[in-house]
Amino acid sequence: MSLLRTVELRKRFGALNACDGVNFTVEKGEFLSLVGSNGAGKTTLVNLITAHLQPDSGQVLFEERDITGLSVSERIKAGIARSFQLVNLFDGLSVFDNVALAIFAREGKTAKIAALAANDDDVRRETREVLAEFGLAAKSELMAGELAQGERKLLDVAVAYALGPKLLFLDEPTSGVSSAEKAQIMDTVSSVVRSGAVTAVVIEHDMDVVFRYSDRIVMMHEGAFLADGPPDAIRANEAVASILLGAPSPA
Amino acid sequence: MSILVVQILNSLFYASVLFLIAAGLSLIFGVMRIVNLAHGSLFAVGAYIAAWLVGRAIAMGLPVVWLLLLMPVAALAVALLGIVIEPLLLRPFYRRAEEYQLLVTFGLLLILEDLMRLVWGGLPLTADTVMDAIPSVHIGALIYPGYNILVIGVGVAAAILLWVVIYGTKFGVLLRATSQDRRMAAALGLNVGLVYVAAFAVGCFMAGLGGAIVVPSHAAVLGMGIEALILAFVVVVVGGLGSLKGALVGALIVSFVRTAGIQFFPEIELAVLYLIAAFVLIIRPTGLFGTA
Amino acid sequence: MKADAIALPRFHARLWPYVAAALGVAVLISVPNFAGLYQTQLLTYGLIMAIGALGFNLLLGYTGLLSFGHSAYFGLGAYTVAFLLQWLGIRSMELYILLGLPVVAIVSALFGYVCVRHTRIFFGILTLALSQVLYSLALKFFWVSGGTDGLRVKRPTLLAGMIDFAGSGGFSRFLVAYYYYVLGVFILSTAIIWVIVHSPFGKALQAIRDNETRARFLGLRVRRFRWAAFLLSGTFTGLAGILWAPLNGLTTPDVLYWPFSGEIVFMTLLGGFRNFFGPIVGGVAFTFIKTYAVASTEYWQLLLGTVLVVLVLLLPTGIVGVLVQVARRRVPMERS
Repeated sequence: MSLLRTVELRKRFGALNACDGVNFTVEKGEFLSLVGSNGAGKTTLVNLITAHLQPDSGQVLFEERDITGLSVSERIKAGIARSFQLVNLFDGLSVFDNVALAIFAREGKTAKIAALAANDDDVRRETREVLAEFGLAAKSELMAGELAQGERKLLDVAVAYALGPKLLFLDEPTSGVSSAEKAQIMDTVSSVVRSGAVTAVVIEHDMDVVFRYSDRIVMMHEGAFLADGPPDAIRANEAVASILLGAPSPA
Repeated sequence: MSILVVQILNSLFYASVLFLIAAGLSLIFGVMRIVNLAHGSLFAVGAYIAAWLVGRAIAMGLPVVWLLLLMPVAALAVALLGIVIEPLLLRPFYRRAEEYQLLVTFGLLLILEDLMRLVWGGLPLTADTVMDAIPSVHIGALIYPGYNILVIGVGVAAAILLWVVIYGTKFGVLLRATSQDRRMAAALGLNVGLVYVAAFAVGCFMAGLGGAIVVPSHAAVLGMGIEALILAFVVVVVGGLGSLKGALVGALIVSFVRTAGIQFFPEIELAVLYLIAAFVLIIRPTGLFGTA
Repeated sequence: MKADAIALPRFHARLWPYVAAALGVAVLISVPNFAGLYQTQLLTYGLIMAIGALGFNLLLGYTGLLSFGHSAYFGLGAYTVAFLLQWLGIRSMELYILLGLPVVAIVSALFGYVCVRHTRIFFGILTLALSQVLYSLALKFFWVSGGTDGLRVKRPTLLAGMIDFAGSGGFSRFLVAYYYYVLGVFILSTAIIWVIVHSPFGKALQAIRDNETRARFLGLRVRRFRWAAFLLSGTFTGLAGILWAPLNGLTTPDVLYWPFSGEIVFMTLLGGFRNFFGPIVGGVAFTFIKTYAVASTEYWQLLLGTVLVVLVLLLPTGIVGVLVQVARRRVPMERS
């Protein structure tokens, strides 16, 4: 059973065919990169899967269950979460609280009004664990707005991860950060996937990053899949190479 | 029957004044995205200045016809005030949170209200002479002030003029471009700062003109600005913030409801107006013709 | 050693609000001993406003919604007290509170339900319009509300009727006793709001304030949280109105008029709306400032307006915000 399966997913924006009968599968425990030029349909596909967009036709199946009709919050409950291209944090809350809030939300504890958040030891413990995994423990008392850009991206991913999803979509997690920070982000995501805690699908443009970390690469072009396979296979694929580099395949 | 005509004329009179105030408020919001809480107070300043000018003119023995010209002069004075206010008090806040803008204009309101009291005292300031100078008309068996009809004319003229300026002149194009996309306008080389000052000045002119033309009929009193502001809000809520057509339609609706209200349910006439505003906000948040 | 270096500042940072609060309470308790009756009465008003501002700031500082209509709940609380006295002859302060709170809560819930469908400017205008509905009702139905003359409110009995203030010297005894009463309610309210704001619910509110979209992506029902915040906010401000009426002795429509809503916003900004204690400082400070302004010049609105403009221009974080900035420069530590 695939973790995620889309069946003939279609979405048009006027004349633009963003998703053209896409049949996308994600297997449990893999680290998948979704690549392709701008406008190829990557973000649209992710938006359709996470319910930020409604498809024109087609289905989304999660653990073989049809979730096409579910809302954003219902899909989060089902186990799908995402981080964003433009970092989307709660700048007025501390790093700690950003992650803790995701856990409170997941546990359905956000209606608790008569108890201090600081007194919930379970949540605090798990928050500390997540922060440690993402290398943010030292910054936990800072305001999210005070972090450096790379750390903000890490925190963004950490918050999505803290929602305890089975499937995590990361929309360009390394855009706009230095190479050292890129490595830090991708190492963390990779190790979190390896530990079996989550399956990750990453939208990426940096091909070095893609080839180094992915188990599987899926390339989209004009709303359809052009190639799908492990890094070696993709590297050897001439059609892919011409699209990526506009020239005959590299070594 | 004559009574009906009189009521209709009264409503139109009121609508003209309201339209001027509301259109000014809407214009400022449309271009600058600012809700000016002191807008009603500027209306009041216009009324006071006009009444004061009329008083001085009469003391100097000017012929009555000239008194009418004092109205736009008063409006101009308010526009000048606006040109001072915008760079001083509003410009520092364009990049800041909306709350601060509202607070600054609220502070301005407090300042203006007391300045009027300081300069002109607590007693009402009248300009009846202007009203008396215009001959009355006969409606059936009733006598109706000709001045009111003049005001209705001013309202119509203002609506047409505004429409022409905004949709037919280059300045209007600048205003509309800036209101739709400030950054784009700036990127195209438009001096956004100048457009803002100009828009604000025009908005203030209109508020001032509204005050000036109403004062011969209703004396200038303290607190008139605050009352006017709430009504102007109701108008733009109903008609839609940022829409000229909305200001016109809203002013008409509010005036007629108010006139009918005063006639039939005087106790809750104000409440009815506010409820209408609340109702419109609920079912159509951007108003009848509003741009969100 | 390293563990100590990290632990110590955090220990201080978490403790200082409680220390400051304890000191503050100690000072407040001793006030009637060294201040005159007039100052005590003024401070009572100040504490009442502090409760109102704290309630208001639940909506502004913690949920990010600026209401220009909070006079509605304050005024409703005040008028409820007047009506309870006039129609039912009730004199007990406890009953005023017990019966008044549900009234303001219900109206807050109603108004809130309507208002939170919108944000920003339209939210503000809607709150303003609804509050003015109440104002115009109070004005027009003068045979019920006393119109502009208002309704008299006699001195209540405190502590379930055990203490009343008839007879000679009653007024001064009332002032002192009522100060302690209000102080008690103030401390309780502050504690409750502190818990609310630091609870998971409070964190969710702040998240919604900071990033509504992301909050939605965490599965939070944004509108519902905003409505709950509105309800709580209106209720506490209504509580302030309930406490105010017996002290003022008179309830008039002024307390529903929209410039009063503006004053509530003003005092919250004065103290600083991004800090828990800001509204408290602002409420007390504003009461004193306004009283002295009104006493010293006929043009106190001019003074207040100027202060407001200067404040917004130069000190947007308010008194407490400035104090916090100064303190942080002196004592560098990681914030909690």
